[in-house]
Amino acid sequence: MGFPHPSHPGETVVLSKHFGDAGARTHAGWVERGGYEGLRKALGMTPEAIIEVVKASGLRGRGGAGFPTGLKWSFMPKDDGKPHYLVCNADESEPGTFKDREIMRWTPHALIEGCAIGAFAMGVERCYIYIRGEFTEPWAVMAEAVREAYAAGTLGDNAMGSGKPIHITLHRGAGAYICGEETALMNSIEGRRGNPRIKPPFPAAAGLFAMPTTINNVETLAAVPHILVRGAEWYKSLCKGNPKSTGTKLISVCGHVQRPGNYEVMLGTPMKELLYDMCGGMRPGRTLKAVIPGGSSVPIMTAEEAESALLDYEGLIEKGSMLGSAGMIVMDDSTDMVYQIMRLARFYAHESCAQCTQCREGTAWTTRILERILSGKGKESDFDLLLDLADNMTGTTICVLSDSCAAPVVSGIRKFRGEFEAYIRRERAPVLELA
Amino acid sequence: MTQELVTVTIEGAQVQVPKGTTIIEAAKQAGILVPHYCYHPSLPAPAVCRMCLVEVEKAPKLLPACVTAVAEGQVVHVSSERAKKARTGVLEFLLINHPLDCPICDQSGECELQDYTFQEGRAATRYRDYPKRYNPVEDFGPDILYVTNRCILCTRCVRFMDDVAKSAVLNVSERGDRAFIGIAEEQLLDHPWSGNVVDLCPVGSLISKDFLHKARAWELDKTASICTGCSQGCNITIETRDDAVVRLKPRPNMDVNRHFMCDTGRLDYRWMNRGDRIEAPLLRQGTKAVATDWDTALDRLGQLTGGSGRAVILASGRASVESLGLVRAMLDGFDVTAAVRVPTGPEAPLAGIPNLALRSERAPNVHGAERLGYTRDWAGALNAAGTADLVVVLDASLDAEEEQRLQEVKGALVVLGTVVADFHHRAELVLPVTTMAEENGVYVNRDGRAQRYMQARNQAGMARPSWWIAGEVLAGPGPDADAPATAAQAFEDVGRRYPAFADLSHQSLGWVGQTLRETAGTAR
Amino acid sequence: MSAGHVVDAEPYEPVFTGETMAELERRFAEYPNKQALLLPALWMVQERRGWISESTISEVAAVLGLTPAYVKGVVTFYTMYHTHPVGRHFIQVCTTSPCGLCGAEDTVRALLEHTGCGEVGATSADGRFTVVEVECLGACGFATPVMVGDDFIESVTPEKVPELLARYP
Repeated sequence: MGFPHPSHPGETVVLSKHFGDAGARTHAGWVERGGYEGLRKALGMTPEAIIEVVKASGLRGRGGAGFPTGLKWSFMPKDDGKPHYLVCNADESEPGTFKDREIMRWTPHALIEGCAIGAFAMGVERCYIYIRGEFTEPWAVMAEAVREAYAAGTLGDNAMGSGKPIHITLHRGAGAYICGEETALMNSIEGRRGNPRIKPPFPAAAGLFAMPTTINNVETLAAVPHILVRGAEWYKSLCKGNPKSTGTKLISVCGHVQRPGNYEVMLGTPMKELLYDMCGGMRPGRTLKAVIPGGSSVPIMTAEEAESALLDYEGLIEKGSMLGSAGMIVMDDSTDMVYQIMRLARFYAHESCAQCTQCREGTAWTTRILERILSGKGKESDFDLLLDLADNMTGTTICVLSDSCAAPVVSGIRKFRGEFEAYIRRERAPVLELA
Repeated sequence: MTQELVTVTIEGAQVQVPKGTTIIEAAKQAGILVPHYCYHPSLPAPAVCRMCLVEVEKAPKLLPACVTAVAEGQVVHVSSERAKKARTGVLEFLLINHPLDCPICDQSGECELQDYTFQEGRAATRYRDYPKRYNPVEDFGPDILYVTNRCILCTRCVRFMDDVAKSAVLNVSERGDRAFIGIAEEQLLDHPWSGNVVDLCPVGSLISKDFLHKARAWELDKTASICTGCSQGCNITIETRDDAVVRLKPRPNMDVNRHFMCDTGRLDYRWMNRGDRIEAPLLRQGTKAVATDWDTALDRLGQLTGGSGRAVILASGRASVESLGLVRAMLDGFDVTAAVRVPTGPEAPLAGIPNLALRSERAPNVHGAERLGYTRDWAGALNAAGTADLVVVLDASLDAEEEQRLQEVKGALVVLGTVVADFHHRAELVLPVTTMAEENGVYVNRDGRAQRYMQARNQAGMARPSWWIAGEVLAGPGPDADAPATAAQAFEDVGRRYPAFADLSHQSLGWVGQTLRETAGTAR
Repeated sequence: MSAGHVVDAEPYEPVFTGETMAELERRFAEYPNKQALLLPALWMVQERRGWISESTISEVAAVLGLTPAYVKGVVTFYTMYHTHPVGRHFIQVCTTSPCGLCGAEDTVRALLEHTGCGEVGATSADGRFTVVEVECLGACGFATPVMVGDDFIESVTPEKVPELLARYP
């Protein structure tokens, strides 16, 4: 549901059903609401059968990449004698995205249950849930839920009386956006700087502690119990017509809409419906200017592009952007696009891990150029410079943070060039003063 | 063991390399240098500088050559437009905050940032409107300064300390463009092998205080040599400016020292520049020592060594195989006790590299000496010297008590020496010899590997190699074509006299040396 | 850089003794090596001391079998670890784009004014508050989120600032 707002009829409420319902937070409350049935069912199945169900459901990673979850699980080696790990990525830090926070705050046991099912299916020794350091309240809720789950015997050496050990450990981040990148996150758990790793090796071969590892997003794992209980066919049927994008998706909407919040919709829902019906449209007297639909790292869409887009993995690629983590940043006609793009670049410059040259220096330089333009000292040649730097920063580094900084610059210049020109030609008053 | 080979085409050249080889190493075999900063063959590759991005046909993105393994049939382009643009881009990013202080930078002339920028960098900067990042110079340890502003964050130094020295005293601190190489307040960069970070630094960020502002790289003459610091036998380069040794650098030898040398060896070169040298042969006449020419000196030496009885040789562990072998052969008429001096000190391993350490035997040719019949029984030899008919001191360094004892020997005393010492006034003959830096020669390391070193500076005054002196004596008085004229000839002469060195030549030892066939008799 | 680093109180009192050490040791069982306890151990230090000094860095290194330099490299990577003392109430305001669109910078100004901190990163003269701008707090739909210590407060507008601060004496 469009938490913190009441559910909208256009939503398909699965994961968000109990958002705002404090009773669902407790182990007993969760069981009362049908919780842990998915795990019970899974424990009676073979690991292979569980993976088949997840595969058949069409569930794709909800963290941003959209990789088929069942397929990812099937990459884990079998009977290799090594410890396996499942890592839940709860480092939600992509600007515009705030859905995992609500899953953990309101339905902690849904996540624990999903982790437990994944842990059992992949022969995992221990599941680590990496929660970003700023999420103090989700942490407290999750910590209590894990404690309860152990106390109730749902977790432990004999999970739900199955004779199978399932263990979960919460691990707290400490302020680093890049730790949301899966290999950086694994480094962080290992007590290292959160530097992304070179791939290969891929996590399924050598991940956390150099052991076979699967890493899944909170929302992905929270969907798994529902799939186990209600079946792959049911999940697949939550579909607006694109068989590659099935199930529901929590869309975080923020910025200049009347009702920002988390909306759970079937993939393939028109973005227009979400923006205007569910979120109540723009503030009075304002019109839509731009949308960044998948967290800050994806290309910016114009109002026209956004209003004609379908919200699924393929639909947004078709419009030149990406679903990403489905954190929608909505900007109305009052928005200074140059300023917002500078602000995003500054974010990436702050968060660059410092490994790759292009990212370390390029994010900072890009920010400086944009700040200079905003201070009234821009030049016509800045367009070529920004685009050339963006080209050098794209596809050349270990992870995509550098690309993410370049994307809004490139799409911003392409789609809102006039706003840059207004600063450069001194038609617009400077909004920044440079030291 | 047969290794599976794959064939790849790099810049149009086909090479066959073992499966698993990286593109950067395969390119080396094809004679192509892929520009790089963070990669180093003796360190784990992090692929962070992104300088070695190459275009691989059918791959959508440029790939880092340092971590991408070759695949059968792969076609790699190092100088394609895309690859060059990427490198030019990296160079530009590296330079925006790099000071243009090449005129006062020790790395200038041997700087990889300079070199690649000259090759492929932009002619002018586009980073005009902002001040460069500034941070003060940090004192990292006894011999190392960190010039933060020049750092390109390749992290070679950090990886060397973490993965090779196994002493993580350096880190990357902070994030983004605020990052720098950091150190903890209480733990300095004083590891016995820390000097290698200066060599590894591709720019002038980590610099040696010992070498600070001593010379420009292009003024240096470089000579292949062997470290004299211990019996490990690290391959080194002696670097001289105007005939003075100004620094020692490791020279790669994968079987001995990979790319490294310890600080003890690295800083042990000042003796090579000593000015208090014996400049001419000194002949004892009554109570005086008078300078003479070599003919006279060699005649006198011929007389002294032409006798019989008991002789003692007290030799330096730095003396070459050639000198030790021929000097001993020169005394064949005597019952000879030959000993080599082996100073000792604590062993300091480089933990991450098997069989590489500063050895407790602090002499480079102990094991060569042993194969030539020298013992380590220094005290025994010194005792024997007291009553011997002839005592030959071959450039051995002696303490005051030992010098005193040599002044009291019964028999004749002959010194083949480099620097002047008090006890020389007791000698019948004092002959100026070259230091190892002034001659060619061979040392045998602790693993029985014979390795050559080359003459790095001119000999002092009339100094001659000890093997030349002995060779002349062995050939008899008068002009003689049989006496060895070069160290190579002397080495072959040694080979004819000592089975351990039979059938070897300087040429056969090459640049990386060769392990001697039998190592029996080597005291371990 | 190291210039201007703050020195810990002398003599140094170790953090990892008694129950604190026991708590850390209990957690060793959940990880295959001690290094993985680095972030948790640093959190334990910060919870108890308020910040992470050079001395505690050395202590953590010794407890986990690491070097001080290694630990320092990790500490400085993560922005939530304080390497110098901060005010009694550490206030983090999100100013990343989504919140920026919704007036986060006005909230920052109000916080600076009402705390008396004056500028971002500074601590008020009475030592009560430190205000910093941070990147995305992950509550973009609830602009502007503000963290005071471990409390996470949503939808803070300039008007709500005085009342909010009053809760933190």
